[in-house]
Amino acid sequence: MDWQSILSQALQQGLGPLAAVYCLAAIGLNVHFGYTGLLNFGQAGFMAVGGYTMASVVATWGLSFWLGIALGLLLTVLLALLLGVPTLRLRADYLAIVTIAAAEIIRQTVGSVSLLKWFGGQDGLQAFSTDFRSLNPFDGPLDLGIVTWRANDAWVLVVGWVLVAVSCLIVWLLMRSPWGRVLKSIREDEEAVRSLGKNVYAYKMQSLVIGGLFGALAGFIIALNSAAINPSFFATDITFFAYTVLLVGGAARVLGPVAGAIIFWFLLSFLDLFFRDAAATDIIPQSIMTQNQASLIRFMFMGIALMLLMIFRPQGIFGDRKELALDAR
Amino acid sequence: MHTGLRRITGLLLAVVMAALVVATTASAATARAGVGAASAPACVLPKPTEDDTISIIGRICDTREKPPAPVAGVSLTVVDDTGKPIGKDTTGADGTFAIALPGTTIDNLGKTFKVKVDEKTLPEGAALRNPKDVTRPVTVNLDNDVSVTFPVGELSAEEGVGTQGLQLLVGGIVFSVLLAMAALGLSMIFGTTGLTNFAHGELVTFGALVAFFIDQLPGEIRIGGANVTIVVGVVVAFIASAAFGYLQDKALWKPLRSRGTGLIAMMIVSIGLSIFLRSLFQYLAGGQTHNYSQYSAVQPWSVGPILVTPRDLIVAALGVAVLVTVSLLLTYTRMGKATRAVADNPPLASSSGINVERVIAVVWTGGAALAGLSGVLLGITQGFDYQLGFKILLLIFAAVVLGGLGTIWGAMVGAFIIGIFIEVSTLFVPAELKFVGALVVLIVVLLIRPQGLLGRAERVG
Repeated sequence: MDWQSILSQALQQGLGPLAAVYCLAAIGLNVHFGYTGLLNFGQAGFMAVGGYTMASVVATWGLSFWLGIALGLLLTVLLALLLGVPTLRLRADYLAIVTIAAAEIIRQTVGSVSLLKWFGGQDGLQAFSTDFRSLNPFDGPLDLGIVTWRANDAWVLVVGWVLVAVSCLIVWLLMRSPWGRVLKSIREDEEAVRSLGKNVYAYKMQSLVIGGLFGALAGFIIALNSAAINPSFFATDITFFAYTVLLVGGAARVLGPVAGAIIFWFLLSFLDLFFRDAAATDIIPQSIMTQNQASLIRFMFMGIALMLLMIFRPQGIFGDRKELALDAR
Repeated sequence: MHTGLRRITGLLLAVVMAALVVATTASAATARAGVGAASAPACVLPKPTEDDTISIIGRICDTREKPPAPVAGVSLTVVDDTGKPIGKDTTGADGTFAIALPGTTIDNLGKTFKVKVDEKTLPEGAALRNPKDVTRPVTVNLDNDVSVTFPVGELSAEEGVGTQGLQLLVGGIVFSVLLAMAALGLSMIFGTTGLTNFAHGELVTFGALVAFFIDQLPGEIRIGGANVTIVVGVVVAFIASAAFGYLQDKALWKPLRSRGTGLIAMMIVSIGLSIFLRSLFQYLAGGQTHNYSQYSAVQPWSVGPILVTPRDLIVAALGVAVLVTVSLLLTYTRMGKATRAVADNPPLASSSGINVERVIAVVWTGGAALAGLSGVLLGITQGFDYQLGFKILLLIFAAVVLGGLGTIWGAMVGAFIIGIFIEVSTLFVPAELKFVGALVVLIVVLLIRPQGLLGRAERVG
């Protein structure tokens, strides 16, 4: 077993573009869940709206890439408002069910044959990333000694992590402002905040919009990363993985999602590579585990890890238990 | 174990067994009726010719016969992309035709032609299975002859919206019954413990998979000459699901409750469990769609204008019998009353002498058994894969929220509305969007009446 290759590939994933995508999605969830206590299970929906708007503006209507980005952000705000109106007055579990349903509505609608000419059905859209790639300053692979990325990946990766840094800065500034303190007190005790004359509903709505915008950024990057977009990018599980990222790093911590994303992707690809290698070299016999089955082991580990984390260390690696009153009721 | 639990599972088991005995005899009868009519010549594709011209070759088969019979005397025309006819032929006694394209292979490569079927020459009462097939575009990509097949079936134009609606309604009712069983479990578990269980879909898949592994065992299980492998599978799935639910509660949820883990934390634990179980199911059963060895292709009965398979009828009857039994148990037995009391107000129930933990154990056992049974029955009616339950989880939620989260009758009412709505809505919206419609209903209900149809306002808090 080639440990060096496994570790370097796992590190490549841990620092790679996809880690940045999940990090951005988790930063959004951190605003929703970590700071405000809103249980948004539809982050994939926000990502889909962002990604698909950008892609279809360029690929279907032939308009500017930057217009696509702007429209993507605008429509994400609209989605947040649309979702928030019926649900923010409801209990946490209702919000969870409605947001997960909304994300699935969006995914099945953009993937439908009826809208094939705009969104490309199950095959999705390609040919929207020329403008983005023409800005690429890398003309060769990015080599950091132990890990290398191809030029296009390196560009997506740099943009992704820069967005992560900016987002973290924004979250840090927001959460140390009086506005952020109101959010945190809504998480702790909604009634108390209401009795101080604050409009809890409006604050929750603002939180939903801001967190959703971080989700839209994740949607842009995931589409640009593969230079293609299709409905399977935005399955329900993506939201769950983003929650895992958030909970590994620690909710209600500015850098929690960053640590979480790196650890999550490093371990996920490490387990994948390890078990696939073990199955391929017959360290684990074929009768027990085939190559196909080997790639599933990591998701079993992830499911168990999420359960154990929530049971024994809900604050994650860097979180503060006192900060996290997970139960709103 | 506890008497209440034993009584509930015992009664359910009796119902399942009784319905399944009916199922086997009925299906044995239809299996015998389906044999015969195999003397007609088989409908096979003509052999491509090995030369440097390209022909469009094909066959027209009547799929109402088994095996499909050739249809003779149908004229076909091939036109090029400007609409100019360039060749025609009439099918022979073996149902095949061959129309040579003018020019060599190189001339035709990459071009698109249209094959037109003259509908007037089709036999009386028959029509193309796909009405859009009257002209079919064919692109020449390879240097081989291109082959096309036109399946012919019943003339479908006379089927009105009313008949279609009725047909869909029947399908919707069958699905609703199964949805209601799954929803009932989710709603009871929520009502008694407050847990929104995202791993409930995996209980559904569990049932389907247990029966699948029974089916995969070598040999058949026979009682009195009839093959009862799947029937045994259903019973085993029901019992195994009950045990799975009981153990899951004992090993995971009960300890979590007693250490005071919050409800949102438990919800996220259930997500982790769902991811774990789904990957495990895929590990064990693979990613493809499976069908059981029996009942996957059943000849339908014509009942008036609509078609119903005896399989669906028996599945629906079994489901209704189970739902009625559960309702009676919940209404009249001590355990049922205690369950409703706990769902209503756990502290009050506890202080009036009800053993809440015991009630919860019964609810988990019963709820998981119902979910597993609905899974295996779904697998029988429409096939299944490792995501069977996960795919309908949101519909289960929709049903439960529509009826009123935590209410027992509400879950059933909601399931019937959602199940029938999904099927009948395909009259107006494309079938691929039928789940979207149900989820929109879910959101609209929350907008107008968040407590659901049968819920009380204070449940939403």
